[in-house]
Amino acid sequence: MTIAVKHLADPREMEAYRAVVKARRGAVAHTVRVCIGTGCAAKGSRRLFELFQEAAAESGADVEITNKCVGCHGFCERGPIVVIEPGDIFYQRVEEPDVAEIFRETVLGGRVVERLLYTDSATGAAATTEEDIPFYQAQQRIVLAANGLIDPRSIDDYLAIGGYSALSKALTAMQPEQIIAEVEKAGLRGRGGGGFPAARKWRSCRQAHGSPKYVICNGDEGDPGAFMDRSVMEGNPHSVLEGMIIGAYAIGSNQGYIYVRNEYPLAVEHLKVAIGQARELGLLGENILGSGFSFDIKITRGGGAFVCGESTALMASLEGRAGEPRAKYVHTVEHGLNDLPTNLNNVETWANVPAIVNRGGDWFAGIGTEKSKGTKVFSLVGNVVNTGLVEVPMGITLRRIVEEIGGGVQGGKAFKAVQTGGPSGGCIPAEHLDTRVDFDELTHLGSMMGSGGMIVMDENTCMVNVAKYFLGFLKDESCGKCTPCREGIAQMLYILDRITHGDGENGDLDRLEVLAGLLDGTALCALGKTSANPVLSTIRYFRREYEEHIREKRCPAKVCKGLFLYEIDAEACKGCGICKRNCPVSAISGERRQAHEIDQAVCTKCGTCLEKCPFSAILKV
Amino acid sequence: MTDNDQLVDDIVTRYDGDVGMLIPMMQDVQAECGYLPPEQLRRLARRLRVPLTRLYGVATFYSSFRLAPKGQHEVTLCMGTVCHLKGSAAIMAAIREEFQVEPGGTTADRLFSLQGVNCVGACALAPVMIVDGKYYDGVNRDSALKLLRELPAEEAAETEVAS
Repeated sequence: MTIAVKHLADPREMEAYRAVVKARRGAVAHTVRVCIGTGCAAKGSRRLFELFQEAAAESGADVEITNKCVGCHGFCERGPIVVIEPGDIFYQRVEEPDVAEIFRETVLGGRVVERLLYTDSATGAAATTEEDIPFYQAQQRIVLAANGLIDPRSIDDYLAIGGYSALSKALTAMQPEQIIAEVEKAGLRGRGGGGFPAARKWRSCRQAHGSPKYVICNGDEGDPGAFMDRSVMEGNPHSVLEGMIIGAYAIGSNQGYIYVRNEYPLAVEHLKVAIGQARELGLLGENILGSGFSFDIKITRGGGAFVCGESTALMASLEGRAGEPRAKYVHTVEHGLNDLPTNLNNVETWANVPAIVNRGGDWFAGIGTEKSKGTKVFSLVGNVVNTGLVEVPMGITLRRIVEEIGGGVQGGKAFKAVQTGGPSGGCIPAEHLDTRVDFDELTHLGSMMGSGGMIVMDENTCMVNVAKYFLGFLKDESCGKCTPCREGIAQMLYILDRITHGDGENGDLDRLEVLAGLLDGTALCALGKTSANPVLSTIRYFRREYEEHIREKRCPAKVCKGLFLYEIDAEACKGCGICKRNCPVSAISGERRQAHEIDQAVCTKCGTCLEKCPFSAILKV
Repeated sequence: MTDNDQLVDDIVTRYDGDVGMLIPMMQDVQAECGYLPPEQLRRLARRLRVPLTRLYGVATFYSSFRLAPKGQHEVTLCMGTVCHLKGSAAIMAAIREEFQVEPGGTTADRLFSLQGVNCVGACALAPVMIVDGKYYDGVNRDSALKLLRELPAEEAAETEVAS
C-alpha cells in the first residue's frame, strides 16, 4: 500500500506527499484494525489478522478493504480487540471463529455483531464504540492518541494523521530557543520517574560546552507491572522519533540513541522499521527537510539490568560497560555519554513533544495541576477489573482511576492499597484514594509518580509480603557498586524474611527504619536511595499488620506460610478423599463420605489440599 | 582463520569496531551461538583491543547473557509484581523442585533452560509463562508443570529457537 517513496526535500514536498497519502486513505471503504500489542498478540490476534486477510481475498467484494495491525488500545483485559471502520465499531475478546461473522456482517453488511460488543456489567448497556466504554471516558489521550489507530510499521499512516508536522514547524518556523521556551511554558516534566523539568535539562545541555552532543531516549522500562513505554514504542514509534528529532534540533545534537529493554523485541522491531522509513523520506539523516539540520538515531538493546534505567548507568551501558551508576554531582547534561553533553528523557516525555510544538505550551499547561502539567500514562494492573493502559490528566484522583476507569477491585473484594512508582514507590491505602495524581502529592504520601506502574491490591494481599517482594527484586538488581545499597537492602530483606516466617522480633521495625534512613542518605543512585520506600510506606500505613506478624505470629491476609492454619469446613466437605490422597505428609484423616480433618501437629501448611479440593472446603484461618 | 573467527570479525565490522557497541556485538554472538563461547569472546576481546575480563564483566553483569549452552526449549516465567500477587513464586518453586533446575540454569537433560524475569509487561495475562516465544496466560502450578512435562525432547535445539 505504500506509495512510491521519495526523499522529501522540504516541508512543501512533505505536505504534497501527505495529501497523496490521505487521498489514498480516503478511497478505502472499509478498514479492519487488529490490535497486535503484546496482550492481544499473546491471545492470538496475529492469527485473527491472517484470517481477515484470507476473508478479504476470498470475498471478491468490489470495495477496497484494508486490514491493518495496530498498536495497543490499552484495554488489554478485553483483548484481542478488533475495530471496524467506518463506524469505529469496537469488538472485544474476538476469537478465530468470530472472524467470518464480523467480515460478513460488519465489513460487508454494515451491521453490528452485538455479542462481541463490550457490555457494562453494572448497567448492562452495550457499547458500540470506544467512546461509549466507561474505561475510556475519564481518559484524555495525547501520547496514546494514535495508538490503535495507525499501523506502527507504516510511516504513511503516521503522516496521514498529521505526523511530522510538528517537526516541519519546528525546523522552519522556530528557533531552537523558542522550542525550549515552548516546552518550558508547557511545564513538561520527565515521565521516567524523577519529574525533572524537561526544558531546564534541554537548556543546560544546549548551553554546555563540548561536541558532539547526544540525545538519548530511555526505553529501558524496568519497573515490574509497567508497560506504558513499551506500548508507545510498539504502537506509535514515529511519535518518539519526531519528539527526539525536535529535541535534538533544540539542543544542538546530531546523534541520538534509543535504549530499549531486552524483553521488548517487538518494540525494537517497530523502532527499527520506523527509523528506516524516516531515513528513506529524509526525516532522519543529513539535511532534514532541507533545513540544514542533520540528525540520526541508533537503537541499542539493553542487556537485562534494572539499574540501566538510571541515566548514568544507561550511559555506561551505551559505552559498552557494566551498567553501574556514578555520583550525580557531575551532571550528565555536561558530562554524559563519552563524557560529552547528553540529554536523556524517557519515551513518554519525548512522545509528548510533537503535541506541545503543534498545539502550543499554553494548551498543554492548561491540562493538569499547578506543578504537574499534561497527562500521564499508567499501566493499571493487579487485582482490578479492567487491567490495561490508561492515560489521564494530571490531577485526577486515584479513586477515579481505580474505580471509574479500572472498574474497582476484582471479584467484589475490598480494596487495600494501590502501589505506584514501581520498586522505588510505595503503597497508598484506601484513606488516601482521593489524593490527586501529581508528582508532588504522591511524593508527600511516601510514594512517587515513577514511570507509571499502578498496581491495585485487594484485601487478600499481605503488605509485609509485598514489601519483601520489592526488596527481593531490588536486592537482585542492585548493581553492587556502593555498599549501602548492596548490603543495606540485603539486611532489610533478611529482617523482612524473618518477619514473614514468624521469627520477627521487637525492634525490627526500628531497625528497618534506621536502615532505610541510611540508604536514603548514603546510596549512590536513586535505585538505592529510594529502595526503602516500599518498606517505609507499608510501615507507615500498615504498621498494625507488621505488628501482628511480629507479636502474634499471624498473617492477617493469610499469605505468609506458617502464619495461618488450614482447616476443613465440615459442612462443605463431601469426604471425597482427594485432599487426603494428595497431602504430602499424611496429615489428613477421615472416612469416605464423612467430613475430613487436618492434624495441625503434622500439617506443614503447604496448601496442596486447598488447591486440590473441588468443593472449596479448605479454609485458611 | 576459523569459521568462529570469521563470525566474530563480521560482527565487529557490522558495528565499525566501535567498543561502545560491545553489548550489541555480544548479543549478536549469542544470537548466532546460543550462548557466549570462550573462543568467540577471546577473539572479540582481541579484535576490540580490550581485556577479556571486561567482556566477562559485561557477560556476568547483564542477565540476558549466558556462558553455557541453553537447553532445547526456553522457558521464561514472569516474576513481576502482578504475577507475584497471583502466585508466580509458588509456580517457580514447583518447577525448581520437580525439574531440579534453578532460574538461569538448564535441566540436567538439557530439555529446557529456565529464566525468571521481572515483568514481561503482559499483566493482563498474569501469571504468564513463555515457552519458546509462545505466551501462556493464567497459568497455575499444575498447568505449568503439565506444560513442561509435555515438552518434546527429541527435536534439535536449532529448530526450537522462537522466531
